[in-house]
This record gives sequence, structure tokens and C-alpha cells, in this order.
Amino acid sequence: MSILLEKLIINYPYSIAVVLFIIGALTVLTRSSLFKKLLGINIMETAVFLIFIAAGNIRGGTEPILSEGNPGTVYINPLPSALMLTGIVVSVSVTAFALALIIRLHRTYGTTDANCIAQMRKEVIDR
Amino acid sequence: MKDFILKRISAIILPFICIYGFYVILHGHISPGGSFAGGIIVGLSFIAFSTVYGTEKGRSKLPEKVLIWIESYGTLWYGIMGMVGIVKGVPFLANKLAGINLGEPGTLSSGGLISLIGIGVGIRVASTMVTLFFTLMEEES
Amino acid sequence: MKIRNLLILLVALLASYGMLIAAAELPPYGIPDNPIHNQVSERYVNGALEDTGVPNIVTAIVLDYRAYDTMFETIVLFTAAIAVVITLKSWKKAGER
Repeated sequence: MSILLEKLIINYPYSIAVVLFIIGALTVLTRSSLFKKLLGINIMETAVFLIFIAAGNIRGGTEPILSEGNPGTVYINPLPSALMLTGIVVSVSVTAFALALIIRLHRTYGTTDANCIAQMRKEVIDR
Repeated sequence: MKDFILKRISAIILPFICIYGFYVILHGHISPGGSFAGGIIVGLSFIAFSTVYGTEKGRSKLPEKVLIWIESYGTLWYGIMGMVGIVKGVPFLANKLAGINLGEPGTLSSGGLISLIGIGVGIRVASTMVTLFFTLMEEES
Repeated sequence: MKIRNLLILLVALLASYGMLIAAAELPPYGIPDNPIHNQVSERYVNGALEDTGVPNIVTAIVLDYRAYDTMFETIVLFTAAIAVVITLKSWKKAGER
């Protein structure tokens, strides 16, 4: 048990990302307001970005911009940061479209509570 | 009282934020930043302006036709810049194979097609942010 | 508390235990001998100044080595903006919607 704790403290970005992911998943599943579910999805995406970008770090390295310093400086890996740039843009697009859908739901049903909307739909189907 | 302080201070600070956003877009190949971060800074200055002063004043600065024009032609600009390679017989979106003069590294006019594409992407991202904000704020209640 | 919330909490604790064991078995954080630093990033770091003439390596990757992905990503942003405008414009021809 203590060996597991030591290994977790050495890899501290990965364990923090796992905790953030679980917090986001619990928020989506237990809260009943539509806005809080959307915020939970955003927290889960942030945890995934954290794992990828933290995996490319080297201790004692500088930023990946070539400068005329002494030859032999260690640059960190630029590839995970460049690949996650696309993912952040996709996350913004999904959040914007989900907000537009919530506004349309509010116009039709009059409430933004997921349980009440499911109840109204069940009464419509039973009729 | 709160409205008075907000209007006076934002009238002084917001033009400097817009100019800083353009600086980050133009120097994308020398210092950290790039096209996406600079485009979001420029878009945020317009969003802050229309939050403080109301939506009608924000609409009068950027009417709908200008936003649609910038967004559509910004996406087409990328494809046209890629056709430079096909005209000369090398693959699509080629930079050094097409024989473009690269200049000396470290100055503003280096990199060939990289800075031109970066300006197009930056202005496009700013226009998308402003369009999304205006559409979500103007629903009739 | 309701039974449903307790069951959700139990499943989340089991899943988090499994994921924490997987996170402990990953290669150590920050060592330059990790398998993630292979010959692809070496080629990009060493050849960025001659191939592109731009000292910023992240911009050279995003806009020159992999410019195809950035083109499709701008198309994704364009599609999202159009989808939001279509969903929220109210067409006033058929009375009240």
C-alpha cells in the first residue's frame, strides 16, 4: 500500500487528472440541472488535456523556442502541445452548441430541469 | 455608480487590449502565442465592449454583413493559400518545396506562407467568437 | 440519501481505484528516457530552422508540418458557428413557434 502511494506521489499530474475526471463524471450523473451537466463535461475534457500535455515534460528543460544560447540546451517535447490545440477548439465548439440546445429546450418546455422534462415526455408518450 | 465607473475605465483600457491581440497574431512565429490565442484576445475585447455598453452599440460597430463576410472568406483563404503549391507542381500546402523565399530567421518577414496563413486564422477565430456571443445574447424573451 | 446516489458513488470508487493503479504504473514523470520522446520529435526539433526558417517550433508544427489538420479544424469552427445560428433564429412565418 505504501509503495502505491509513493509511486502516485512521483507521478502527481496523472493522479490529479484522474481525480478531476471522477469529479466531472459524478457531477454529470447526480445533479439534475442541465447547466451543471454541461459544466461536468467541460471538467472531464480538462482532465484529458492535462494528462497528454504533462506527459511531454522534461525536468530542467526550457520552452521549445530556438534561441542563440549555448548548444546543448534541452527542449521539452513540442508534439503533445501542438496536438492538443485542436482538441481545445473542438471542446469550445461542443460547449457553444450545447448552450444553444438548452435555450431551445427552455423555450419549448419552460424549465431547465432534466427530471421534469423526462416526466413531461413520459406523459406525452402515454397519452 | 457602478455603471459610471465601468464605462469610464473600459473606454480607456479596451483599445490597448485590441492592439495587444493584433501584436500576438503578427508575431506568432517569433514569440510564444500563435494565431489561436491572439484571435481569442481580439474577440474578447469586442465582447467586453458590448457587455458594458449594451448590445445595440456593439451591433452598430460590427454589423451582421461584415461578420458573415469575414467568416466565409477567412475559411476560403486557407484553401487558396494551399493552391500555390499545386500551381507549381508540388503537393498541396507546400512551403519550401514550392520555392518560396524563406528570408532570414528572426525577422518579421520570414517563414513564407506561415505568417500569411496565421493572420487569416486569427481574424477568423475572432469573428467566430463575436458571432456566437451576439447570437446567444439576442434571444427574444 | 437515495439508493441511486449510493450506487453511483460505489461504482465511481471502484473505477477510481482501477484508474489510480493504472496511473501509478505509467513511466516516471519528467525523465528524458521515456518512450514518448522518440525519433519523431527529434526530427521536428532538429530540422525546424532549415525546413521552415521559423524559431517557434510549435507554430512550425501546427502550420507547416501538419497544416492539413489545422485546415479541417477551422472548418469545424465554421460548422459550429453556423449550427448555433440556425438553431436560434426564429422564423416568424408560421405564426408563433
